Amino acid sequence: MASVTYEHVTKRFGNVVAVNDLNIHIEDKEFLVLVGPSGCGKTTSLRLIAGLEEITEGRILIGDRVVNDIPPKDRDIAMVFQSYALYPHMSVFDNMAFGLKLRKVPKAEIKRRVQEAAEILGIEELLDRKPRQLSGGQRQRVAVGRAIVREPKVFLFDEPLSNLDAKLRVQTRAEISKLHLRLQTTFIYVTHDQVEAMTMATRIAVMKDGILQQLDSPQSLYDYPANVFVAGFIGSPAMNFFNARLVRGDGGLVVDAGTFQVPVPASLLERYAAYEGKNVIFGIRPEDIHDPAFTPPDISAATVEANVEVLEPMGNEVILYLSSDSHSFGGRVDPRSQARPGSKMQVIFNMDNMHLFETDGDQKAIR
Amino acid sequence: MKLKPHRLLAKVLVYGTLLLIAMVWTVPTFGLLVSSFRSADDVSRSGWWTVLQNPAEANLSLDNYRIVLGTAGDDPRLKAKIRAGQENINLLTSVVNSLTVTIPATVIPILIAAFAAYGFAWIRFPGRRPFFIGVVALLVVPLQISLIPILRDYLKLDLNGTFLGVWLAHTGFGLPLAIYLLYNYISSLPRDILESAFMDGASHFTIFMRLVLPLSLPALASFAIFQFLWVWNDLLVALVFLGARPEVEVLTQRLLGMLGTFGTDWHLLTAGAFVSMVLPLVVFFSLQRYFVRGLLAGSVKG
Repeated sequence: MASVTYEHVTKRFGNVVAVNDLNIHIEDKEFLVLVGPSGCGKTTSLRLIAGLEEITEGRILIGDRVVNDIPPKDRDIAMVFQSYALYPHMSVFDNMAFGLKLRKVPKAEIKRRVQEAAEILGIEELLDRKPRQLSGGQRQRVAVGRAIVREPKVFLFDEPLSNLDAKLRVQTRAEISKLHLRLQTTFIYVTHDQVEAMTMATRIAVMKDGILQQLDSPQSLYDYPANVFVAGFIGSPAMNFFNARLVRGDGGLVVDAGTFQVPVPASLLERYAAYEGKNVIFGIRPEDIHDPAFTPPDISAATVEANVEVLEPMGNEVILYLSSDSHSFGGRVDPRSQARPGSKMQVIFNMDNMHLFETDGDQKAIR
Repeated sequence: MKLKPHRLLAKVLVYGTLLLIAMVWTVPTFGLLVSSFRSADDVSRSGWWTVLQNPAEANLSLDNYRIVLGTAGDDPRLKAKIRAGQENINLLTSVVNSLTVTIPATVIPILIAAFAAYGFAWIRFPGRRPFFIGVVALLVVPLQISLIPILRDYLKLDLNGTFLGVWLAHTGFGLPLAIYLLYNYISSLPRDILESAFMDGASHFTIFMRLVLPLSLPALASFAIFQFLWVWNDLLVALVFLGARPEVEVLTQRLLGMLGTFGTDWHLLTAGAFVSMVLPLVVFFSLQRYFVRGLLAGSVKG
């Protein structure tokens, strides 16, 4: 049981900066998910904790102990690899017992711990099998089991679900969450899948190009993304962005995206007042775009005319691919919507949930 | 499933060619095999293929093998066949000598090379790259140019004419290829597995013994075949470092001696040749399932 702290951690491979001045304090028993597109430095960050990469600058602490120069085996951590990295010539039992044997844990204790872990994961009948006789999901459990028996202070997961099929992934996601509750240990989990991040994390760290973009709870990330990148990365389908200008309209501010103008609701006027007359990026999530016939009450509705390009019925909702001149954007509307591809329709933007971002530099959210 | 005509033609062509190549390669060997069971008179009078034409009158026997292996004993019929100078052919002693040379000369380089290959592949140390290139570059050195310098060193060290000397020579000559082959295989083992073991608390030595060695079995076996065949068939190195004393003479030297002494006695030479081929065949067929995989070592992920 321990916290993990990155202090100004930088990792360079030659001239390439993989992780750039990373500062995160991960609380004890927290489930932190590092998320970002491939090559963003999330896996490297994890490997730095594991001790599989050397830290170029800065410090990493596990608990109160600086671990920069401590070899992996003495860091009291366990890692689950994307490829599971099971030892192919050993039985499941031996795979799980390997680390304990090396640590000279007594035989009876090894047996107890392996048995217990196998029970938690439901793989008791598989203990005598070889990895090649297991399915992907079973291998994944063995890999997790190997980490559990070590009883480490910190669990590291490197995209453990990406080799599973979609159905199994959803199921295993929930199981890992359950495991976290049961073990009451710090979990650090790397993924490129924002759904995994949203569903499991206590907090999410979004990374891009080796730089931490935002660190917050899933709901806050969704509601208050710090910049255009985070806004576009979290949420599926992704948020729609429009290059626009904030102008004074009748009685307030209006977002002028060229082909359409939508008013800023009164409650947000103060926040955006300073940006009057400036270029901004206007963001709105697909779920805040509605069919006029099925618009929820009490929202600050703004009507926009759009062409319906493609329609994806999902059963519980319909995804619309819309366009308005050169802008294309997506909406998630009620399944009863009568929209037809190729037709024109009015859609309603819920302006209460609008986002504005600066156009320059980091494209920060305007708060 | 019915094949289309042009697919069928292609198949016939491919298999026909393969069959032809296989025939061209095996027919002479088969001829040797047949000759080794025939008597001296038959061999000089008619070709081996006459046996196939007239199997009933072939008159095949194991006599030649009994003579070359020195197991003729007191059989008067066989004694009559042995000419002067042929009493002590006794290939069995040289088979034992060959084994004495070959087995350690196969095992020692594999052990050393596996350690070296693991080190080059997975342990970071300064100068790893140039050092490895140096080892691989040794592949181009023909062993003939090093015979005399080594021989002079051996004389000083009193290793000349000893089995240890030959083992060391074969080890040295075999190592560059062994390291190169095993490096290719070992460096292609999944990094995750070794890292996982590393985090499990395994030292390099443990990782090598518990993971790398068992997982490299195909590569080890395939190199073992290479090295075994090479050492078994070697004449030059044995001749130079072991000398031609009868008590240490290896099989290749013995066969050469037979050729010199009775170059016209084909029936005995063919039998001797087959005695020398038996062990390599056994080794090859017992390890051949690794051989095919071993040749692919590192080229495909498997």
